[in-house]
Formats: sequence, structure tokens, C-alpha cells
Amino acid sequence: MKPPPFRYYDPRTLADAIGLLGRLENAKVLAGGQSLMPMLNMRYVLPDHVIDLNRVDGLSYIREAGGAIEIGAMTRQRELEFSELIRTKLPLMQEAILQIGHRQTRNRGTIGGSLCHLDPAAELVTLGAAFDASVVVTGPNGQREIPFAEFPVAYMTTAIEPNEILTAVRFTRWPAGHGYAFVEFSRRHGDFAITSAAVLLEADGGGKIKRASVTIGGAAVTPVRAREVEQALVGNVPTPELMRQACESCRAIEAIEDIHAPASYRQHLAAVLSRRALEKAVPRIGQPLAAKLH
Amino acid sequence: MSELKRTVTLTVNGKRYEKEVEVRVTLADFIRHYLGLTGTHLGCEHGVCGACTILLDGRSARSCLMLAVQADGHEILTVEGIAPNDTELHPLQEAFRDNHGLQCGFCTPGMLTTLLEFLRDNPNPTEQEVRIAISGNLCRCTGYQGIVNAALDAAKRLQAPGAPVLPPARA
Repeated sequence: MKPPPFRYYDPRTLADAIGLLGRLENAKVLAGGQSLMPMLNMRYVLPDHVIDLNRVDGLSYIREAGGAIEIGAMTRQRELEFSELIRTKLPLMQEAILQIGHRQTRNRGTIGGSLCHLDPAAELVTLGAAFDASVVVTGPNGQREIPFAEFPVAYMTTAIEPNEILTAVRFTRWPAGHGYAFVEFSRRHGDFAITSAAVLLEADGGGKIKRASVTIGGAAVTPVRAREVEQALVGNVPTPELMRQACESCRAIEAIEDIHAPASYRQHLAAVLSRRALEKAVPRIGQPLAAKLH
Repeated sequence: MSELKRTVTLTVNGKRYEKEVEVRVTLADFIRHYLGLTGTHLGCEHGVCGACTILLDGRSARSCLMLAVQADGHEILTVEGIAPNDTELHPLQEAFRDNHGLQCGFCTPGMLTTLLEFLRDNPNPTEQEVRIAISGNLCRCTGYQGIVNAALDAAKRLQAPGAPVLPPARA
């Protein structure tokens, strides 16, 4: 249970970090360390070089940029948790963040690290899919943006090139008064979700759903958008019966099986949790945001 | 800039240390083996059990999930730094003793450091909030009830006149 020998680098600038990443073979980038460190301790990964981003300037921030909230890759989960901007502009994120691990891990864990690790059950990965986030990566030839739909390429594998570093994530805001909810099921508080559901809803003046985003996390190899549920909702008033029926389509998700649960259980959870998330999100439409959680 | 060993300078429980350390050594092993402060316990070494929780610049962190070199220039508090002196306990520690908040004591260092931060940020917690706060710390003796009682009792004791100020968070 000790990390294998490696060489350690703690560059001060992004340019230096990218330079190192391009030059060194078998290098790993270290962000908050809440996934990479256990993997090093257990020797699941054996890098020759570790490039630590913790002393790189300018990668930790939360700011409004046009209609989006841009979050620097090294922004820690605790900063998202206590951010007034996140609470008021991305309330779904604040609801989800409290379910990420524990205070001790949120104090270190970063949004960029979580997205790069791409655990299918990770709350921030599920939110990336829910918001159609845009992932900003920087490499030797400059910046490019990856739409979240193209970001996961396989189980725990991203579209980031080996010489690129994730530097920011942009979440497009939903209009004030939108409905939102994040629910998950895990055996113990703070565990990875066996399955989760994230919902964003926008209604017209008549109570009909104008736009819907329904995402299931933890069930498949990457978070999946429940398009059938979204389509069933749009143009309709979300009655309990409609929500229940629509969410049944989540049982067709191509679910994974592991030590925690069989695929059929995850499919069941996907249907139940998406319905619960909708039932929580609908009454929030047009309502003022919940008071501070802290 | 790259090497297998490095010299780190950090403050632990108010005392400044300068040590050469292999870069792959975790902060937890550094605290235990290089500094001899064995109050910080290692249960799982992969970020699950919480026994190795320390305060890094006033914020709780799992010391098994950090490298010692990452703590260079930072301030750390371990369980050894909680009591005001060698003969008195901190009110949080007294509350643990009085409420059967520990039995074997293995999880206690992590519970105490976690709760120091929690009670600083939330001086009047509910029972539910305490349970969530310690959800990242495993205890196999007490069934948690004694720990929850101790934390709630400590919250009261810490509001008494003359109670010690909890360590602040540094930016």
C-alpha cells in the first residue's frame, strides 16, 4: 500500500505543465488526488512521472462568462459547495455536490480531476452530461473545446489527447425559475452512487414542459441522457402518470454489473430515481431557490 | 525540478520541520515515520476509513491521499496538536471521554480532526448534520452513537466562556 517510485514535478505555469506532459513518457497528471492517490497506493497505476497541478497558477476559479458559468479545472469541490454563484446559477450542481464523498475529500477533490477520471458514477460527470457542458482542454497547440456528448469515449476514458490538460469546464445556465433535482442511491452516505438521476426542466407559462434534461449516472459505462423521457415530457404538462410512464423507458438502459449491483437492479433504479428526480424538480419550477444550505 | 527525493519545510502542530523525503511518500507516512507522530492512524490507505484525517491549513484532508511533498509550505494539525498542553484535554476530547466516544481509539484521531473543522464551521449542529459530518470516518466499536453524543456535547462545551478557539482555515 505504498506508491511506486516516480519522479515528481510541480510546475508553476500551465505552459510548463503542458511542456512536461509532452516531453515525459508514462506521466500522470495529479489534481486533487482523491482518485489517483488511492490508485498509486494500490499500485493500479505505475507512472514514471507525476505532474502535480496544485501549484499551477490560474486554474482555480468560478466565474460568469456570457450565459455560462466557467469553472477552472483545479477548483475544489468544497469551493463549488460554498459558492454563491453556483448556488444561485447552477442549483443542480449544489444539490449534487453535497453527495460527493465527504468533507475531507471535497476539500481536496477538483472538478477537473473528477471529469478526467470519468468514473461513471461520479456526480460531476453526470452533471457534465446533464448540462451538455463544454470541456476546455489545453495542449501544445492551444485550447480546444469538447462538447460533453463527445467527451467520454469509453469506460473511464476521455477524448483528451495524451499531451493535453483539462483546464476549464463551461456549464450553460438554465433560465431563472427552472426545475432541478439530483437524487442518487448508495448504500452509505458519500459512497459512489449505484445509480443517480439528474433533472433540469423549463416550463412555459401554461405549465407545459418546454425543455427537459434527464440524465442517469452510475448505471452504464458513462452517464446517459434519457432521451425518451425528455421527449415524452416536452410539450406536455408533467402529471404524475406521465412522469411514471415516461421513466419506465429507463429500464432499457444498457446497465453495468459489478460487486455492488446486477444490471437489472441498476435498470430498476434508473426508472425509480428518474421519476423521483422529476417529482422533486417539477414543484421547484418557478419557485425561489432554497435558502443557503450552509 | 524533478527528483526522487526532495526537502520539504512545513509546520506541524505549530512546530517547523525540514526533512528530506522520497517524493512518493504519502503525507500520512511522513507524519508517522519521518516525524514520529504516530497519533495519525492508517486504516485503509486509500481514502475510505478517515483514520488519517489531518487539518491542512485548517481544512480536513485525508493524509493518505496526499504526498508529503505537496504539504511543503503548509500548516498541518494532527491529533497530537489538539490538546492545549500535556496535562489537559481539549473540550472536544473531554466530550469524547465523557460520552463513550471511543473504545479502541483507532478512529479517534480522524474523528477529532474532522469534528474540529466541522464544529468551527457549524457551531450549533443538529444530530443529522453531525452524522453526515462523520460519514467519512469509520468506527467499528461504538456504533457511532457515543461519537454523535460527544460531538453534540462538545458543541455546547465550546460555547462556554473561556473555551479554546478552533483552528482557523487559512486561504
